[in-house]
Amino acid sequence: MHAFDYATPESVADAVVMLSDHGKNACVLAGGTDLIVQLRENRRRTDLVVDVKKIAELNALSYDDATGLSVGAAVPCYRIYGDAEIAAAYPGLMDAARLVGGTGIQGRASLGGNLCNASPAGDTIPPMIVLSGEAEIAGPNGTRRVAVEDFCTAPGRTVLEDGEFLVSLHFPAPAPNSGAFYRRFIPRNEMDIAVVGVSASVVLSEDRSSFVSARIAVGAVAPTPLFVREAGDALAGQPVSDETIGRAADLARDAARPISDMRGTAEYRKHLTSVLTRRVVEGAVQRAKE
Amino acid sequence: MSKKVHVQTTINGESVDFLCEPRNSLLEVLRDDLDLTGAKEGCNNGNCGACNVIMDGRLVNSCCVLGVEADGCEITTIEGIGSAANLHPLQQKFLEHAALQCGICTPGFIVSAKALLDENPNPSEDEVRYWLAGNLCRCTGYDKIVRAVLDARNGA
Repeated sequence: MHAFDYATPESVADAVVMLSDHGKNACVLAGGTDLIVQLRENRRRTDLVVDVKKIAELNALSYDDATGLSVGAAVPCYRIYGDAEIAAAYPGLMDAARLVGGTGIQGRASLGGNLCNASPAGDTIPPMIVLSGEAEIAGPNGTRRVAVEDFCTAPGRTVLEDGEFLVSLHFPAPAPNSGAFYRRFIPRNEMDIAVVGVSASVVLSEDRSSFVSARIAVGAVAPTPLFVREAGDALAGQPVSDETIGRAADLARDAARPISDMRGTAEYRKHLTSVLTRRVVEGAVQRAKE
Repeated sequence: MSKKVHVQTTINGESVDFLCEPRNSLLEVLRDDLDLTGAKEGCNNGNCGACNVIMDGRLVNSCCVLGVEADGCEITTIEGIGSAANLHPLQQKFLEHAALQCGICTPGFIVSAKALLDENPNPSEDEVRYWLAGNLCRCTGYDKIVRAVLDARNGA
């Protein structure tokens, strides 16, 4: 691995100064499970690694059933699913947090890092999108918020400008009669990269017979995780039925623009997108009824 | 070359200070500088679990942690789990169940299994298999490893 300097700022402001001073020659370290490997394999170069784990806001984790969930960008996965109240309120997010890498990876890896790494197949990104997550970004011009669905711009690229970094992620409190679900397809049982991953969140009517609203997002079928607004919108106001869910699955499949690679052909991924969309909407409906 | 950094840690219950470059992984520091060669370098990218150690109570891949990140941390490596004269129950059960062949993955499996039993003294077979999914073994086919861990429950 090439040499670099290492800094541990203890405030957001100090981190912004360091990142601004070094521009593209600095990078942010949270759990490190992607970054350290990328540096080692010379897929990234840097003069300065800014470890943000000593900044209080980056480690904060809080949930309130009125205001929702806030997750510091460096909070590791195990802390999120290890919190019984948060795990119960956001099962769709837990589906993904529990399957990023293995136990050792989950001891370090964060939702924030998964988002900033901007892999098209990042498992936690589709559920963060369907849960209407917002990313709080700090930079030289203050803070700004960006919807998670707008955060990734290309494989490995995000909206973060030089000097900016992700501070935290925010999710509204779950609505009554709502549920969310994430599922991926992999040829192994565990420890793999999604061939396709799909997440859905639904809000059902009081009698749970129809959809009030729905959001669907797909991973590994486009250069970035994809929010398929039209697929969720097609469910709004419709009865919960095989037919309406099938129509949403068709729309998700039509929005997918996958490539063919070692994990599967484009045609295969299109088919999987449809199958998984149907299943995750059904799973989200089931959870909304529980 | 960037300047070496002074890092203070507690490793296997003993206070340990070391100097390392920021680019050195915790695994490199353990093996090359501290002569703790129980943690193995398998994939060096977080897939195989052969380098697993327990850091402040959490299982981590030491190849995916920088040595400098260990400052102020408590680390348990395989060397801190048992000795030849005084095997940890997991080590005893691995022997009894012949849960190893070439042995390269074994320290990682024992460390991972210890972290599991510390957190959940009575895991189900499913829980053992999912917890150990990040540890790869190319010899045994896993069944004997899983049986050894199940047999070490409560006794550990």
